[in-house]
Amino acid sequence: MVLGNRRSGLIAYCEQFAIRAYAGAMHLLAMHVPDGFLTLPISGLALVLSLGILALAVSRARSELDDRTAPLAGLTAVFIFAAQMINFPVAAGTSGHLLGGALAAILVGPWAGMLVVTVVLAVQALLFADGGLTAIGINVLNMAIVTAAVGWLVFRLGLRFVRSTKGAAVVAGLAGFLSVPAAALAFVAEYAIGGTAPVSLAAVAAAMGGIHVLIGIGEGVITGLVVAAVLASRPDIVVGVRGTPLADPVPARQAVAA
Amino acid sequence: MKRLLIVGGLVALVLAAVVSYYASSQPDGLNKVAEDYGIAANEQQSAAADSPLAEYSFTGISDQRWGGATAGVVGVAVTAALGFGLFYLIRDRRH
Repeated sequence: MVLGNRRSGLIAYCEQFAIRAYAGAMHLLAMHVPDGFLTLPISGLALVLSLGILALAVSRARSELDDRTAPLAGLTAVFIFAAQMINFPVAAGTSGHLLGGALAAILVGPWAGMLVVTVVLAVQALLFADGGLTAIGINVLNMAIVTAAVGWLVFRLGLRFVRSTKGAAVVAGLAGFLSVPAAALAFVAEYAIGGTAPVSLAAVAAAMGGIHVLIGIGEGVITGLVVAAVLASRPDIVVGVRGTPLADPVPARQAVAA
Repeated sequence: MKRLLIVGGLVALVLAAVVSYYASSQPDGLNKVAEDYGIAANEQQSAAADSPLAEYSFTGISDQRWGGATAGVVGVAVTAALGFGLFYLIRDRRH
């Protein structure tokens, strides 16, 4: 198969995607920190910190979850697990996948959202050896807690400036986008404290930030599309728009407009 | 809600069982940076590495497509059981 060098971007992208998938062994190592990258003390510290925040989340999530939003939280966990199996190519020899913390926070609230991602990370680490076991606290901190917190704050802030469902979806995309470099930089901070190899932190920070800005674009697109889809069918159960006119059931809003 | 659950569940199953086969096998952002900057040299195998589902395959099914699909479906089922169970338990029952 001959690949032209000057194909239009999208076609070349799809072709690369297909060829790599065909040629390469399926090797779905995800963005999860494996064992050995960080020292045991920093991993333990992250675990204690994560468990403390998760305990708080369990009590706070109660106000976010009722008989209608609890199933949505379960579904969000399932969707994020499945979506994380799909690594998409982002740059030369590099891939990324959805983190989902911002998405979960917007759909079911920040506290329930971090619990959603934690369920996914636990299943991945225990059953699929994806992400280390001693590193589980690190991964929960970066991919569940930081992403949900950043995603929620950006979304709620941005929501003040939009009035339509479409606008809310764009803000959701922005929240998803920013959550990814935030998680990457959290890893760099942890590595600065307890990394196991002598590296140039500035270089690692630049590389991690740069590549995760690209991955964040994918995160933003997926987050925006999924939030748009859920808002179109059941805006009344989306915790992120609670208390705003966007939460009104779709027929009611049309009736008002008519 | 029922419709959302059915549609969402089906989308997740198709992603995990079918689309995952076409995922990029390139290292992800973290692993790439870790390889490039000498972080990956200290990587240790997870204690869960002997799991029959390790790295999204399934011991006993050597065919990549079917092994991966099995791993995906099992993962969706386990995540669903844990997720729906947890959030059902901690939901606010006053409503």
